[in-house]
Amino acid sequence: MAKYLLLKHYRGGPAPTVDYPPMDRWTPEEVDAHVQFMRDFAARLEESGEFVEHQALAPGGAFVRSDGEGRPPVTDGPFAETKDLIAGWTVIDVESWDRAMQVASELSDAPGPGGTSLHEWLEVRPFYGVQAAVTE
Amino acid sequence: MNESLLRDLVPAVIGVLVRRGADFASAEDAVQDALVEAVRLWPNDLPRDPKGWLVTVSWRKFLDAARAETSRRRREERIEDEPMPGPVGAVDDTLRLYFLCAHPSLTPASSVALTLRAVGGLTTRQIAQAYLVPEATMAQRISRAKRTVADARFTETGDVATVLRVLYLVFNEGYSGDVDLAAEAIRLTRQLAARFHDEEVAGLLALMLLHHARRPARTTTDGSLVTLADQDRRLWDTGLIAEGVDILQTALVGDRLGQFQAQAAIAALHADAQTAEETDWVQIVEWYDELVRLTDSPVARLNRAVAVGEADGPRAGLAALAELDPALPRYTAVAAYLHERDGDPATAARLYADAAGSAPSIPERDHLMREAARLNAQLRG
Repeated sequence: MAKYLLLKHYRGGPAPTVDYPPMDRWTPEEVDAHVQFMRDFAARLEESGEFVEHQALAPGGAFVRSDGEGRPPVTDGPFAETKDLIAGWTVIDVESWDRAMQVASELSDAPGPGGTSLHEWLEVRPFYGVQAAVTE
Repeated sequence: MNESLLRDLVPAVIGVLVRRGADFASAEDAVQDALVEAVRLWPNDLPRDPKGWLVTVSWRKFLDAARAETSRRRREERIEDEPMPGPVGAVDDTLRLYFLCAHPSLTPASSVALTLRAVGGLTTRQIAQAYLVPEATMAQRISRAKRTVADARFTETGDVATVLRVLYLVFNEGYSGDVDLAAEAIRLTRQLAARFHDEEVAGLLALMLLHHARRPARTTTDGSLVTLADQDRRLWDTGLIAEGVDILQTALVGDRLGQFQAQAAIAALHADAQTAEETDWVQIVEWYDELVRLTDSPVARLNRAVAVGEADGPRAGLAALAELDPALPRYTAVAAYLHERDGDPATAARLYADAAGSAPSIPERDHLMREAARLNAQLRG
């Protein structure tokens, strides 16, 4: 088993395949269907024993760095308009890279306006882990 | 094995050991060791005096540990100090423990963790689960807190307001893991109220009971938020409401109003209404005026603006809102609600979508996004 991070972005990554309006322009039923899909998705992963955690991030935030001893840190932002903005993540623990791809593509299939798939781009990143002593 | 009986005894036993001269951290460790033994021995055979049993065993554990760790001379000094065996004194050590755990030198987060451990008798694992942090992290937080209060004088009378703030923090932490912190906070506040006669302690207990009574109606089975106006009032726990109102009324007679009594009074007025329409908003505004006077809290002012909007109409609510800092949490959501009631769905929809972006939780974000979608769908006709 290996862990993978599925990253969802507000912005960033390849250009969207489907051009859909922001969520507040959907109908309430479409919003509900999307929320329900996300819940069911997490529940399915929990059932298959592949769920580790998922979190959502608010759009606000800032960059910060040290400016040397005795000086306040330098901050930049908050960036509401940065090119790449992470919206949230799901961590899964799955059998193989192929399975990670399968899970991610399922998540990418969340319904949008009219109930059709968003075909959303997701970033998949493997965790560094402990090398298994014996190959299964 | 009655776990809640055990947990009730923990603070009193720690208190006895500390009064006998044990430092707080060692006393706490000794009691935890004794509890492990109790869990093993008691299931079939509950001792006649569980507290006395725990005191005896904990004190022995403490001495064992002290012997193992200190030099022969220091050990002998300690044994010299050992009091004669006899009945456990009537001094209320539990109360002192409440104050010690809310010591001003601790951060609120440390106070909360220490209170749950020492007064509540929860295990580090249970507290870690409730706060969704690794057990090692919580263990560190607790031992740092114990070191901080190690030199604190146990006889100092603490500030009851600090104790109440800690308990209120526990209450608001909600529920995850296998311990319901809201229920735990109520249990601890009940204990405190039984030992310490104070109108604000009663006020906080009443407030917790009144809020807790409405919890079953606050979310749907799938976790979506239900606003107060839309809640199914049949799901409210009338027993808890009656108890909360009763405690509040007794406290108010004392004529020493504080913020928790004022908040409980507002909660009682909500609980009293058979339907959302029957809510006595005029009286609620009056209580918010008291609350603002007592606390000068921006959150109280924000909630007051909502109440004014209900009592005197959305224009009056918006006017009250205009005096506040737009950076306040939930300001935008309140503005959206008042604009919608004022007949401006376009502005309301935009504000709901903005508010969703800075919502403090996912259920709240989803709720606000749905409100925005609802209004935008209406506007499209």
